[in-house]
Amino acid sequence: MKHVVKILTLLVAITAFWIGVLETKISPRNNTWLLPIYFIMSLGCYDLLMVGIGLIQFRTCPEEAVLLQKDVLEATEFLRQRAVDVGSD
Amino acid sequence: MEEQHQQKDTNKYSIIIPTYNERLNVALIIYLVFKHLKDIDFEIIVVDDGSPDGTQDIVKQLQNVYGEDRILLRARPKKLGLGTAYIHGLKHASGNFVVIMDADLSHHPKYLPNFIRKQAETGASIVTGTRYVNGGGVHGWNLMRKLTSRGANVLAQTFLWPGVSDLTGSFRLYKRSVLEDVINSCVSKGYVFQMEMIVRASRKGYHIEEVPITFVDRVYGSSKLGGSEIVEYLKGLVYLLVTT
Repeated sequence: MKHVVKILTLLVAITAFWIGVLETKISPRNNTWLLPIYFIMSLGCYDLLMVGIGLIQFRTCPEEAVLLQKDVLEATEFLRQRAVDVGSD
Repeated sequence: MEEQHQQKDTNKYSIIIPTYNERLNVALIIYLVFKHLKDIDFEIIVVDDGSPDGTQDIVKQLQNVYGEDRILLRARPKKLGLGTAYIHGLKHASGNFVVIMDADLSHHPKYLPNFIRKQAETGASIVTGTRYVNGGGVHGWNLMRKLTSRGANVLAQTFLWPGVSDLTGSFRLYKRSVLEDVINSCVSKGYVFQMEMIVRASRKGYHIEEVPITFVDRVYGSSKLGGSEIVEYLKGLVYLLVTT
């Protein structure tokens, strides 16, 4: 099943549930009407939260650049000794 | 590099590196691969797309140092795209595992033993490098670049449920048969291609594992992310939504 179909199926299921709740009047109608908005808002908040958490946890690693620079010097030295033309550039 | 003499003796790893004007970097990366994979049977396949800067000359010099059986130069006449570069390299690969990595040193070969160990431990079909977990990271990205990257990732997680944390990373180890299976159904370009590969593999039910990597964007690196890249990314997302 294509993924878009999966998502649509899920949406249809949620909508059906929502209509069911609307019809059976389990909770006051006004509250039930707002459920889709709550759903979208909480999904948006969750995504924003995930972006925020992701940003906080996204490590910057300047030490890796230093290590790489060392590796570059080591490699250049080694290759130059073996007549590989790494001089220019 | 330390204790890798257990059961991996029979495995051979083909490392495919597509290049275009990477004269110096390809030399450095090959040196580093040999440094970090001492007890491993591997070959490096350089797929050069007709670089005018002499990338192929330097690869030939490296063949003199390391041997023509260890470094294969499989050039193409002109720039023909990333996806076909892998297919081209794959045709010449003799290993039962294939590693793909970028030539610009943003992927450090020191992580290769981790990929290999992870695969051996888990029996995974694909091991993919991720910048987004503990131990991973980036260098040389400003806040905007990080924000775009994370935003794009959360968007993909929300809509695609890919089951991996880093979709656009391109430092990966594949079982050869799995790469052959997945690559032919992928048509995207650029880093959307990397995303397509991992999403299709995930949909096919292949076992995918992740290892943390750090991604170092060097000063003269090329990691630009403009409006057109973002549009391409969104188009890629929609494409994957309706085709996978």
